[in-house]
Amino acid sequence: MIELKGVRKRFGEQVVLDGVDFEVREGETVALLGASGTGKSVLLKHINGLIRPDGGRILVDGLEVASLTRQKLAELRTRIGYVFQNGALFDSSNVFENIRLGLSDETKYEDQDYARARVTECLRLVNLAPEVAEKFPAQLSGGMRKRVGIARAIAGAPKYLLYDEPTSGLDPVNADVIDELVMRLDRELGVTSVMVTHDVRGAFRVADRLALLADGKIVLQGTPEEFRKSESVVVMAFLERDFDPTSYAA
Amino acid sequence: MASTTLRFPRFIGRLVLGELAHVGRFGLMVAELARGLREWRIWLPRSMSEAASVGAGSLPIVLLIAGFAGAVTAFQAGYQWQTSLPVYVLGTLITETIILELGPVLIGLVLAGRIGARYAAELGTMRVTEQIDALESLGRSPASHLIIPRVLASTLMLPVLVIIADVVAVGAGWIGVKQVLPVTDWDFTYGAQYYWRPFDGWYSLIKAVSFGLAIGLVSCYMGFNTQQGAEGVGKSTTAAVVTSSVVILLLNTLLAKILLQA
Repeated sequence: MIELKGVRKRFGEQVVLDGVDFEVREGETVALLGASGTGKSVLLKHINGLIRPDGGRILVDGLEVASLTRQKLAELRTRIGYVFQNGALFDSSNVFENIRLGLSDETKYEDQDYARARVTECLRLVNLAPEVAEKFPAQLSGGMRKRVGIARAIAGAPKYLLYDEPTSGLDPVNADVIDELVMRLDRELGVTSVMVTHDVRGAFRVADRLALLADGKIVLQGTPEEFRKSESVVVMAFLERDFDPTSYAA
Repeated sequence: MASTTLRFPRFIGRLVLGELAHVGRFGLMVAELARGLREWRIWLPRSMSEAASVGAGSLPIVLLIAGFAGAVTAFQAGYQWQTSLPVYVLGTLITETIILELGPVLIGLVLAGRIGARYAAELGTMRVTEQIDALESLGRSPASHLIIPRVLASTLMLPVLVIIADVVAVGAGWIGVKQVLPVTDWDFTYGAQYYWRPFDGWYSLIKAVSFGLAIGLVSCYMGFNTQQGAEGVGKSTTAAVVTSSVVILLLNTLLAKILLQA
């Protein structure tokens, strides 16, 4: 379980998170919505300790992330797969090496046969052919890079998956492919997922619950149904900007 | 008026705090490197390939510079030559100038540009494209994967390149001086050996190791702490080259004072 309690973060004079309370239960997929620049990615990076909060608490499986030792934090991170917005693939390594680095168990990482089999399996899970393993990130399309990023994140069989804008910059067809992939991985791997996005349509398709971040706070956290029925001006303004929520009635 | 009066102390305060923050972050990076040394299975193979890349890639420019530096040293020695001195002194002059000073400093400064810029640009780009965050998010240490191999490679390869440069420069000086003055091979080798002390070679190597370490640490620090996209990468690359060069000159003075004046 992931819990954020009163998390605050500022960069210089700019307050990004101003007392965020956020919760993700085991096995569910939560989409974190918000306009660009509202701090969604910053919030996500707090969960695996890439950014330390100025105040408040972040608990993952009961462990307070901000006060973990370096070693404990590294151990925790092996349970949290993180999918970066632009893939963040290591451009000097091929796809095989990129995904292999996701193997958190050093014995398995060193075992070439296991690594080869696991990389192929992860590529299959993200609908990519085994031959892609020999390519370098520069040889991949945007959608393929995102999928390789997902393959790397799942290589160590994490309990949690954090997606940072997995569909941004993709055309609608490829965005749908990624959305379906996220749903399939949730189903097949049984992971708990948090997906940062401003793609409202995709969020309604994929998520069990949604949360809307605005002005440094979570304005509403609830099911898609609760979002549709919300009379909050901020929620309505955000949803109506992208689509008519009634058209996605269950 | 009051705001103008406050502006200067505030500026100085910010400057001092900024520099102190650099010192703190640099200290944390060095501590991180020390911790990362335990993960030798990760950094050792990466260090070897990095060292091979740095060494082989730098060799042409090192040979070129050493050749020209040796020849110019010989020509200038010939230009300033006083006939009252025995010609074998030229062998001493050229060999000692190159081994004690020109070899390590010139190669250090050139490699501060070549290796330093490369390290800072690589790590800076990795920082702004979130590759370093990605490494950390996989529970892996950027120190053992990225920084230790680079620092080790520059620290190990600079002495190797300086030895090669010393040999080539002395050779070029030997050939060069014969073109401008009536110096025989016997004169040159006699002079080179007459004042030679084994410590001179060690001194050259100590300088090379120190410069290599400085280039590695400074450039990796600059690249690792890059901010603000492509512009940030440019700034950190420039800062890496300038700071490494200044540190080399400072170390050069310090080592001369400590090791030669003791």
